[in-house]
Amino acid sequence: MAHVSDLIEKDILGYLNAHQHKSLLRFITCGSVDDGKSTLIGRLLYDSKMIFEDQLAALESDSKKVGTQGGDIDFALLVDGLAAEREQGITIDVAYRYFSTERRKFIVADTPGHEQYTRNMVTGASTADLAVILIDARKGVLVQTRRHSYLVSLIGIRKVVLAVNKMDLVGYNRGIFEQIVAEYREFAAQIGLTDILAIPISGLRGDNITSSSTAMPWYQGPSLISHLETVEVEDQAAGTPFRMSVQWVNRPDLDFRGFSGMIASGAVHPGDKIKVLPSGKEAKVARIVTQGADLAEAVAGQSVTLTLDTEIDISRGDLLAHAASPPGVSDQFSTTVVWMSEEPLLPGRLYWMKIGAKLVAATVTDIKHKTNINTLERLAAKSLALNEIGAVNLSLDHPVAFDPYSENRETGGFILIDRLNNGTVGAGTIQFALRRAENIHWQAVDVNKHARAALNRQKACVLWFTGLSGAGKSTVANLVEKQLFAQGRHTYLLDGDNVRHGLNRDLGFTDADRVENIRRVAEVSKLMVDAGLIVLVSFISPFRAERRLARQLLEDGEFLEVYVSTPLSVAESRDPKGLYKKARAGEIKNFTGITSPYEPPENPEIIIDTDRMSPEDAAAFILAKLEERGLVPGIRADADTTPSA
Amino acid sequence: MAALTHLQRLEAESIHIMREVVATCDKPVMLYSIGKDSAVMLHLAMKAFYPSKPPFPLLHVDTTWKFKEMISFRDEHAAALGLDLLVHINPEGLAQGIGPFSHGSAVHTDVMKTQGLKQALDKYQFDAAFGGARRDEEKSRAKERIFSFRSAQHRWDPKQQRPELWRLYNARKHKGESIRVFPLSNWTELDIWQYIYLEGIPIVPLYFAKERPVVSRDGTLIMVDDDRMPLAPGEKPMMKNVRFRTLGCYPLTGAIESIADTLPAIIQEMLLTKSSERQGRVIDHDSNASMERKKQEGYF
Repeated sequence: MAHVSDLIEKDILGYLNAHQHKSLLRFITCGSVDDGKSTLIGRLLYDSKMIFEDQLAALESDSKKVGTQGGDIDFALLVDGLAAEREQGITIDVAYRYFSTERRKFIVADTPGHEQYTRNMVTGASTADLAVILIDARKGVLVQTRRHSYLVSLIGIRKVVLAVNKMDLVGYNRGIFEQIVAEYREFAAQIGLTDILAIPISGLRGDNITSSSTAMPWYQGPSLISHLETVEVEDQAAGTPFRMSVQWVNRPDLDFRGFSGMIASGAVHPGDKIKVLPSGKEAKVARIVTQGADLAEAVAGQSVTLTLDTEIDISRGDLLAHAASPPGVSDQFSTTVVWMSEEPLLPGRLYWMKIGAKLVAATVTDIKHKTNINTLERLAAKSLALNEIGAVNLSLDHPVAFDPYSENRETGGFILIDRLNNGTVGAGTIQFALRRAENIHWQAVDVNKHARAALNRQKACVLWFTGLSGAGKSTVANLVEKQLFAQGRHTYLLDGDNVRHGLNRDLGFTDADRVENIRRVAEVSKLMVDAGLIVLVSFISPFRAERRLARQLLEDGEFLEVYVSTPLSVAESRDPKGLYKKARAGEIKNFTGITSPYEPPENPEIIIDTDRMSPEDAAAFILAKLEERGLVPGIRADADTTPSA
Repeated sequence: MAALTHLQRLEAESIHIMREVVATCDKPVMLYSIGKDSAVMLHLAMKAFYPSKPPFPLLHVDTTWKFKEMISFRDEHAAALGLDLLVHINPEGLAQGIGPFSHGSAVHTDVMKTQGLKQALDKYQFDAAFGGARRDEEKSRAKERIFSFRSAQHRWDPKQQRPELWRLYNARKHKGESIRVFPLSNWTELDIWQYIYLEGIPIVPLYFAKERPVVSRDGTLIMVDDDRMPLAPGEKPMMKNVRFRTLGCYPLTGAIESIADTLPAIIQEMLLTKSSERQGRVIDHDSNASMERKKQEGYF
């Protein structure tokens, strides 16, 4: 193992000093089965002199016995470990390899390229700073290449090396290389990968691995190793505010109470004001305790023990954060989940969620879609199977502190654990909170919505009318309310136009404003349901996601989506407010159905077609549905009996 | 803000892993084999829980064939650190007089080490055991998880291991199941030596070259540590300047001729040598996939 052997021989202390100060780069290699990935890693180990003679002798004898290189050294044999894999000739799991050069130490996650092993690649990528994506120069950008790149971007790796391998088999042809690179860059830009260095290599022959290849004088860039040695890994964790999840409360005696954990991001100093999440309590850091000496500063990646200047209640799983820039706290999240279990992910099922050192119960409230990782197409989904990736809403039994994954990999990534067999079944990243729970404590009340609704002899619910402008939502909703009122029910009609005159007068018609518009109305209707009312909401509400959000705010059976279905042409011909005409003339921007999409409900409780039904018939139809569901019990003979006070 | 060096990152990761186990498992134990990796692991444990003591005992599965210097080092070191040391010797193996000379290395290792370890874990009902194995030691270890799950029968199933993402370790398990945890997974042999050197960690003197009595067996130099070593009629141990790269049962541990008697000299020799550290271990030579099979059977 004679790397930099001169220094080792002549000045071992000098060598040790240099080695001591080396930095660490963790990277993953991804490629499909035949891209020569194992060969490349074997070559990196071999060329960095990390192979001992006894291993080399074994390699040479194995190469003759089972090698695929006709008696030449088969580098792939150096890295194929498990007996079963050797027989199959493929890598089937994540393996970690180690080598160092004069400048850096490297940990390589060798991740498989097989279709069914998305989970392994995501696992290997989760700890990597950089990805080496291999392409067979003879085959160019394949479906697998796109898949691997998508997973790399999903897991938040920003630095990519595109290693176009097997250049020896295409005559070291520059045109082929450049064509592949151009095609790849175009695709990569679509998924947000822009920091890409493309290198033409041959893992088998060693071209552009440790030194520049003489076979490709047209390539002026660095060799693979020299790039890996020098690439600046943008340290996301260093630039973000201080975060530390408390792993363990260190309490050797009554006089010492320390909070142990690894700093997830940022830096901390004695005297810094910190906030404890989710409780929101604040204190100052007194000491950064390590064996030997207290520290004046601790940074991301260090395992430390902090003591505070005041005694506040902190336990395992709490997040310590810089008081001036605290993370969010929520119990409902929009997330991306990679499913890793044979048993599918199902909405409504309860899982354990581990985020930092916190373990909470999580329910999948909704699968918004799954992503076809080959085409990036979004597909409707009712479950996620092994190796599928989906946009999933989660609801937790306790609020947790978090940052969006795009801002902080440590505080935005989580795993899901099966509650029966304890397996790690999913990995997820938080996109954003569906609602923020910090600083709002629920006031416990004795009179609840069921009591109020019972007093009103009804069950509180929301009838959510959605449909195009001019479909007849308000007309029908108005008729329904009149009849309910006549029956002595307690109701309230929230109409889109009316609400926009008051509560939502600050909102326009951009997508973001439309989402906020609906969010506010959903919250208002929730309060009204709590007040025991039958609430009629008449809003275009064009996006499924927001209607789902409204649904999720309520209990099962309380939300009835009424799809007022009318063909666009019919609605446009009615045009009661003259809006379609203006939209067609370009006078109104973002008009639903014309210049902004309408997403029809997938499973509405009630559908009415106002093209074929009169408003009166539609109202009667809806009332019948309410009765069917037991929401409006018949008025009893003793209906006017007032409850005793 | 200075970037952390690779050793600082490795140290922090190992400490993180140990704390996670202590916080989530009922009854952890640290398997202490007295070697250099154990020395580093123990040193890290002292750091991880400071100012508390590591909240778990040390367990040494003795085979009665360890070097004498290992045993004295073990007892002195544990006492100096004020730690609870448990020593287990397979009583059935002891009663049957199992040994490497009489029964061969395979049987000896299985009975005294593998079975002995299972007995000890069952006896004390430990649900998590720290081990000093590293992924760079051997090819099949490269895929071993940091948290490695064992069935109630201590079997390791490569298909049932849990994915490990970010720093989120899942230590949940059913009663009877246990975890072997390898906090040094990402360390290399060089890292271990460098860390011992930097931190001044005490190690067994057998790692340093010294004149010792050895005999040659199948091309391997074996130290005559006591009079159980069978000698040919008239055979006299040779006095040679030797040291050991790994430590285990003395009849199964090959010495190398060396004059390296300081840590830098050891590291220098290791970096310039042409054979891997496991070459001195007789057990690895059985067959290509031997470690793999032993692991499935419950060898650490």
